[in-house]
Amino acid sequence: MKSFELHDAGTVQEAVALLNKFGPSAKIVAGGSDLVTGVMKDWVHGKGMPIPEKLIDVTAIPEMIGITIAANGGATIGAATTLTSITESKDLDQKWAVLTQSAASVASPLIRNFGTLGGNINQRPRCWFLRGEHFDCYKKGGDFCFAVTGDNRYHAIIGGELCYIVHPSDVATSLLALNASANIAGPSGTRAVAFDSYFTGPREDVLRENVLKHDELMVNVTIPALAPNTKTAWSKLKDRQVYDFALVSVAVVVTQENGAWRDGRIVLGGVAPVPYRAKVIEQALVGKNIKDTIKAAASTLKTVARPMSLNAYKVDLAINLIERTVLNAL
Amino acid sequence: MKQILRLRINNQNYEVYAPIHKTLLEILREDLNLTGTKHGCELGECGTCTVLIDGEPVLSCLILPVAVQGRAITTIEGMADGIMPHPLQTAFAELGAAQCGYCTPGMLLTSKALLDQNPQPTRDEIKHALAGNLCRCTGYTKIYEAVEQASKT
Ligand SMILES: Cc1cc2nc3c(=O)[nH]c(=O)nc-3n(C[C@@H](O)[C@@H](O)[C@H](O)COP(=O)(O)OP(=O)(O)OC[C@H]3O[C@@H](n4cnc5c(N)ncnc54)[C@H](O)[C@@H]3O)c2cc1C
Ligand code: SF4
Ligand code: FES
Ligand code: FES
Repeated sequence: MKSFELHDAGTVQEAVALLNKFGPSAKIVAGGSDLVTGVMKDWVHGKGMPIPEKLIDVTAIPEMIGITIAANGGATIGAATTLTSITESKDLDQKWAVLTQSAASVASPLIRNFGTLGGNINQRPRCWFLRGEHFDCYKKGGDFCFAVTGDNRYHAIIGGELCYIVHPSDVATSLLALNASANIAGPSGTRAVAFDSYFTGPREDVLRENVLKHDELMVNVTIPALAPNTKTAWSKLKDRQVYDFALVSVAVVVTQENGAWRDGRIVLGGVAPVPYRAKVIEQALVGKNIKDTIKAAASTLKTVARPMSLNAYKVDLAINLIERTVLNAL
Repeated sequence: MKQILRLRINNQNYEVYAPIHKTLLEILREDLNLTGTKHGCELGECGTCTVLIDGEPVLSCLILPVAVQGRAITTIEGMADGIMPHPLQTAFAELGAAQCGYCTPGMLLTSKALLDQNPQPTRDEIKHALAGNLCRCTGYTKIYEAVEQASKT
């Protein structure tokens, strides 16, 4: 590792002031399970992904830790809450099982014990060229994408352009399905951004994956109460049984009327540079009997998918997993 | 940049003058000679570097020691009670749950954390708890059986 300074922030205001004072050479650190493995061990860096000189530790900021269920039935989860606290929360599991299931599918218990919600949502991608020491690709500020002609079996099948990463966060996938939002603090105060518009693709800026600016941090996440009789389901396919990043994951949140799709969301992980809301499939289901229509509806994913040389198999995986997950939700 | 780190390891206080940019794993092994904690992948994938922090198993290869000052760190050296092995250590030895032994410190500490929270785990609960500790020798069955045996003592 390169040398760095570590600053403990006691409050959100202090963390923002430190980010502001140090400029882009500073980064937030929470559990460190992503930042230390990749960037800090100086394997993963480039001119567009500099190794931070200052780390600001947010794990001792009381207002960023813990789970609160609000009077209106929604929940607020501090960004520095560990994934283990989320998976063990009975309140969350009762109302938003898709969230606790997705959190439980992240890595292993040894990582969930110190990895946090904010770190999970804001982790950097896992493209193996990006994580490889010797590939100075677009995302590191270089001038090439090695995935186009290289081994791209795990890369994007939808929405890639310039860069073909898949968003690595399982929890982000379920939060988008739940129509949750992020509360962000910065020098000019706080703002709430729905996960609908939180994640950004390479077209917008290849050097980042979301709207956070260098002097902003995620304080917490709020999840709205679900309409009565909402059903949810989560599935994640991976290469190894024990734990791994998703080949494809699916989060489903749905309300029905006499077996027909009334309202809901189908969100896919592992397929696109952002957690991907499969609106084509939702639209194909609206007002229709779900059991009768799901097979045909799921296969409309083909109309938006543009697989690369070695990953067309993921289109079939996704279609089948969508069908299975929607049926599991009912 | 070097600084003084104050760490509490196996109920003993240590002051270490070390570069801030070492991982907890490196401090344990290189500066404190606590080499029972093993160095495997350094990527969070194998679990052989497992230590307990306030009783919870975590990966020392990804933890910054500055961030865990003042918290209770348990390494494999702190598992036996004096010369009396922990029941898990006895069970691992009796059942042959260690072959090359490289994963064993991590396996033992993760199992200890499990039994401390859940003294009578089911086979499934043991499997889930040990999901992040990889073993390339035993095929896991002996390890599960050893945890079960220890849970009965
Ligand atoms: C072996 C291994 C397997 C894994 N498997 C999975 C998996 O299957 N699924 C999955 O989803 N993830 C997986 N991960 C990623 C794992 O690191 C994250 O899931 C973990 O939750 C990150 O949390 P952290 O607190 O350790 O993050 P950190 O490393 O502390 O931070 C990660 C990034 O987020 C930023 N950040 C952290 N908190 C905030 C905040 N409050 N505001 C703004 N920015 C912030 C940091 O600056 C940093 O860039 C895996 C990681 C490893 C090492
Ligand atoms: S997919 Fe993105 S991160 Fe991977 S090599 Fe191409 S530009 Fe780099
Ligand atoms: S050395 Fe830490 S997980 Fe492998
Ligand atoms: S005994 Fe050799 S790795 Fe487990």
